[in-house]
Amino acid sequence: MTAAAHTQIPVPDGFDRHAVEQFLYREARLADEGDYDAWEALWTDDALYWVPIDGAGDDPQQQMSVIYDNRNRIATRLKQLRTGKRYAQAPPSNLRRLLSNIEFLGGSANPDGDVDLEVGANFLGIESRPRGIRLWGGRTTYRLRRHDGELRLAYKKVVLVDNDKPLPTLGFLI
Amino acid sequence: MTAVVSQYDRLIKRDKVHGSLYTDPAIFAEELRKIWYRSWVFVGHESEVAQPGDYARKRLGLQDVIMTRDRDGQLHLLLNRCAHRGNQVCSEAKGNASAFRCPYHGWTYRNDGELVGFPFFKGYGQRKLDLALGRVPRVDSYRGFVFGSFASDGPTLLEHLGGAAGEIERLVRLSPEGRVELTAGWLQHRTEANWKLLAENETDGYHPQFVHGSIFGVTGSPIGALYSDNSTAVTRDLGNGHSENDLRPEFRKFAEPMRWFGTTESRVPGYVAAMRAKHGADAERILIEGGPHVMVFPNLFIAEIQVFNIQPVAVDQCVQYSTAVQLAGAAELNRRMVSQCVGSVGPAGMLLADDTEMYERNQAGLESLTPEWLDVRRGLNREAVDENGYTVGGATDETGMRGFWRQYKSLMEAP
Repeated sequence: MTAAAHTQIPVPDGFDRHAVEQFLYREARLADEGDYDAWEALWTDDALYWVPIDGAGDDPQQQMSVIYDNRNRIATRLKQLRTGKRYAQAPPSNLRRLLSNIEFLGGSANPDGDVDLEVGANFLGIESRPRGIRLWGGRTTYRLRRHDGELRLAYKKVVLVDNDKPLPTLGFLI
Repeated sequence: MTAVVSQYDRLIKRDKVHGSLYTDPAIFAEELRKIWYRSWVFVGHESEVAQPGDYARKRLGLQDVIMTRDRDGQLHLLLNRCAHRGNQVCSEAKGNASAFRCPYHGWTYRNDGELVGFPFFKGYGQRKLDLALGRVPRVDSYRGFVFGSFASDGPTLLEHLGGAAGEIERLVRLSPEGRVELTAGWLQHRTEANWKLLAENETDGYHPQFVHGSIFGVTGSPIGALYSDNSTAVTRDLGNGHSENDLRPEFRKFAEPMRWFGTTESRVPGYVAAMRAKHGADAERILIEGGPHVMVFPNLFIAEIQVFNIQPVAVDQCVQYSTAVQLAGAAELNRRMVSQCVGSVGPAGMLLADDTEMYERNQAGLESLTPEWLDVRRGLNREAVDENGYTVGGATDETGMRGFWRQYKSLMEAP
């Protein structure tokens, strides 16, 4: 599950840097703006959305995580948000995040027999809620897949810099 | 000859409690002295320090405590403060070490707290000093759950647990090996609310349909029905401030093994077989009735498959630590328990993030000057006493809260 295991495979050919960056920025904007339908459409069927605790995270099947969503649970999370009664996000947070240090890290074999692109990026986001203003920051690892000429998100792992400390409620899509 | 009316007599009534109990920093300071640094408080679990030399940093009230297991297997709760200048001697969250060496001047303590050395002894004219790490004077565990009390004497842990001990027992019985482990790590959820709002909410059966309606609705969860107006579940005041939502009457109605876990026996055949081998004739009942939903005063909450440790930070802030129950000998269940628990609890949990939003709005609401009181009368009109002498209310009644406040008042009125 570690990024290191996947960097054994070199960066696959055919991923345009500009297109990848545009995809990551779009994903960030959709999450910031709570555009749940468009955000959900970015994911592949074998999606994994993971926010570990205590550093890079141990075996997520045996250890607690802040979020460890497969495609099905992503759908449930979004359905709950869409009810408008997910109080942790109703009213929604006001959000903006920056992505930086975008690096093509390598490749990751996918179930189609092809290779996903693994990309790393740093992020810094600001969340405004009645509780106050909060900075969220960390490192995100993405796996992107080509699907019918478009990019899709197969994997997103968000390692918060302070995931070894008490975190406030994280109701939005990080 | 006028009777002395204590401050807490004025603030805590049978059917209402005063808002200042949640907002007054002086009351919070008194709680630290009279509850957190006196009563038995849940700290952690023996499985977190399974081997000699293992340690784990914990909180007990505002105290930074190192839970250790020494070479003889004995548990200790050490205060993270060098006896020399007060520096912290341990900076790691957990690990294995026979000794802790203060980085400031190199004083070294064994993992039972004894000072075993300090550099340049000639400056003290002796090789031994009568100093040690601070210790929580009483440490005890029940079925692996470790508690500490800063009072050198007082009720034993078993006396404190009273009726809640049987509920911990009920959890442990779900393991085919009779053992629970808390080894999945703890989520840490910072909460801008007074700790008592959490303790009261844990067995409040009135809120789930409203606060959690969003997730019950989209998943078709049957949990909501357990806390409906016509549920046969009961809320029980277990004494000493402990309380439970006893859901067994609802599960008995269906009489389906593993329904309590949201599954069927055909999906966890190995577990069910191991439980039948272990418990014989009792197995059916255990598999139907499931785990406890119990709040152990002041800070341990066991909700079927997850365990919470609540620790205060300030009058308007606390931390909820949460982890999945792991049952020894139940590999089939353990990963599901982690998965369900991760989905439900912690900062992004589909249940607990909404509870926490309520706690925080509740704290903000309490800044309003009127009405001054919070109402806790729900169910007073229909309470009964059960065969064990415990007061029992309906599934959605505030019986547990009233029990909490009775214990709170008695501790706070003590000198």
